[in-house]
Amino acid sequence: MELKLPIYLDNNATTPMDPRVLEAMLPYFVEKFGNAASRNHSFGWVAEEAVDYAREQVAKLINADPKEIIFTSGATESDNLALKGVFEMYASKGNHIITATTEHKAVLDTCKHIEKIGGQVTYLEVNPEGLIDLQELENAITDKTILIAIMYGNNEIGVIQPVREISAIARKHGVLFFTDATQAVGKIPVDVQADGIDLMAFSGHKMYGPKGVGALYVRRKNPRVKVTAQMDGGGHERGMRSGTMNVPAIVGLGKACELCMNEMEAEAKRLSIMRDRLENALLELEEAYVNGSKEHRLPHVSNISFKYVEGEGLMMGFNKNIALSSGSACTSASLEPSYVLKALGLGDDLAHSSLRFGLGRFTTDEQIDYTINAIKETVLKLREMSPLWEMFKEGIDLNTIEWAHH
Amino acid sequence: MAYSDKVIDHYSNPKNVGTLDKSKTNVGTGLVGAPECGDVMRLQIEVDEETGVIADAKFKTFGCGSAIASSSLATEWLKGKTVDQALSIDNMDIVEELNLPPVKIHCSVLAEDAIKAAINDYRVKNGMPALELEEKKH
Repeated sequence: MELKLPIYLDNNATTPMDPRVLEAMLPYFVEKFGNAASRNHSFGWVAEEAVDYAREQVAKLINADPKEIIFTSGATESDNLALKGVFEMYASKGNHIITATTEHKAVLDTCKHIEKIGGQVTYLEVNPEGLIDLQELENAITDKTILIAIMYGNNEIGVIQPVREISAIARKHGVLFFTDATQAVGKIPVDVQADGIDLMAFSGHKMYGPKGVGALYVRRKNPRVKVTAQMDGGGHERGMRSGTMNVPAIVGLGKACELCMNEMEAEAKRLSIMRDRLENALLELEEAYVNGSKEHRLPHVSNISFKYVEGEGLMMGFNKNIALSSGSACTSASLEPSYVLKALGLGDDLAHSSLRFGLGRFTTDEQIDYTINAIKETVLKLREMSPLWEMFKEGIDLNTIEWAHH
Repeated sequence: MAYSDKVIDHYSNPKNVGTLDKSKTNVGTGLVGAPECGDVMRLQIEVDEETGVIADAKFKTFGCGSAIASSSLATEWLKGKTVDQALSIDNMDIVEELNLPPVKIHCSVLAEDAIKAAINDYRVKNGMPALELEEKKH
C-alpha cells in the first residue's frame, strides 16, 4: 500500500472519527431530528430511544448503570461539573479538594476557580515517573476533604495513576474520588466498579467519536453521589445538566464506546507493539530519553526528549508530513514549556526538547517506519546545527556555563 | 502557526552552519540565549585584519525554526560588511526580511544580541573597549 502523507500521530489531541460512528450518526441529523425531551410524539420517542441506547453502550464500556451517565459537551464540561458540582453539593461537609500538578488544565483551572470562591485545594507533586505518592495523598486528607481528583491516564506522557489504590484511600476516609479518564476510556479497560470510581469524565473525540460530546459518570449506589448542576434549565439528565440533548453526537459517542468495547483488547496490543517499535528505534539515537513511567503507561503514547535539539525546530523538519505535538514552549503562546514535563523534574531544556507521539486506530506500520526515519534524520541534522550538541561532544558541562537568561 | 517561505528556506538550507577557530585573535564569538529558554545561538565572525571587513561568519543554533532562520540570515548579512557596519544590523530588519510573527520577535532580538556579542568579543581580543549594549526586551 502506498504511504499517504501527512501522517497523523497526535491522537491524544483528537482522534479521527471512525466511519462506522459517522454512519450511526447520520440518520439523526435530518431524518430522525426529534428532541429527546419531546414526550408526546414519535419524533421525540425515536430520539429518546436513540439516546437511551447510547447511554447503555456508554455504560457498558465502563461497567456502569446507564442511569449513572450524564451526557455533556465534552470532558472539559464534565471536569467542571464534577469539581464545581461536588464543591457546591458537599459544601456543608467541607471545602477541601486534593488533585495533582500534572492534571489537565480543565481540572487545574477549575480548581483555581474553586480556590477563588472559598475552596482549598492541595496540588500533589508527582515523582520523576509521573506518579503520585499514595502516602502523600493520604496525609493530605483532612476532615474538610470532600474530593480527590486524580486523572486516569495523562494526556502528555500517558502515565496511568494507581487508580484502585487511590480509590481505596478515598473510600477509607469517606472522600469522593473523581477521575478525568479522557485518555484512558476506550483505550484500556476502565471499570468504575472494580476501580472504585465515584465520578469520571470522558470525551467522544478521543475515542474515534465526534467532538462536542462527552459524559460524566456519577455513581448512584455506595455511595449515592450528587452534583449541583452548573447549567440550569429544563432539568435534563436528572437535573444535573440541562440543555437539549445533542442526539446525533450522543449516538456517535455510544457507537464509539461500543466499537472500543469490542476492539480495545486487540487494538491496545497492536498499538503497544507499534509504539514500542517506534520508541526503541528512536532511543537508538544518543541522548534520547522517555519521559514518564514506561511500566504504568497507556499503550499508544510515548513522550521522548531528544537532548540538545529544540522541539519546535525539530517538528519543523517534518511537520508537513507528520503531525505531532511537542512540550516545547514555542508551540504555545505562553513560551513556557510543558508544566507536566516540568512536574516530572525535567529541566526546561529537556522539556523544550520533547515530542509526544499518540498512536491510534488508523496508525500503520508503514507510517511508523516513515516516522522513525524522518525523526532520526532531523534530529541528526539539527544536532549538527546545535551549539549545545557541539559543547556536549567536547565534554563541556552545560551547567557550568553562565547563560544569559532573558 | 504557518512559517513564512523565507523561514522555511533558511531552515531547510541553512547558510553558514559551522564553527570558526575561536582561539584566533581575528575571530569573534558570541554565545547568547539559554537552554532553559529554548534557544541558544552561537555566532562567529572572522575579520580580515587589513580591511576590517568580515570575511566569514558561521553559526550554530539550538532553537525553533525562526531562531535558526534568524541566525542563518544574520551570517549572510554579516559577510562583506565592516565590523562597524555590522553594528547597524537591527533586529527589526530580520523581522521584516523573514516575516516573523510577533511571538517570534525574540528570535530576531537574540540574533542581534549574538552579532553584538561576537563583535564585542572581537573588539576585546584586539585591545578595543567593549561596546555598551542597550538591553532589548526579549
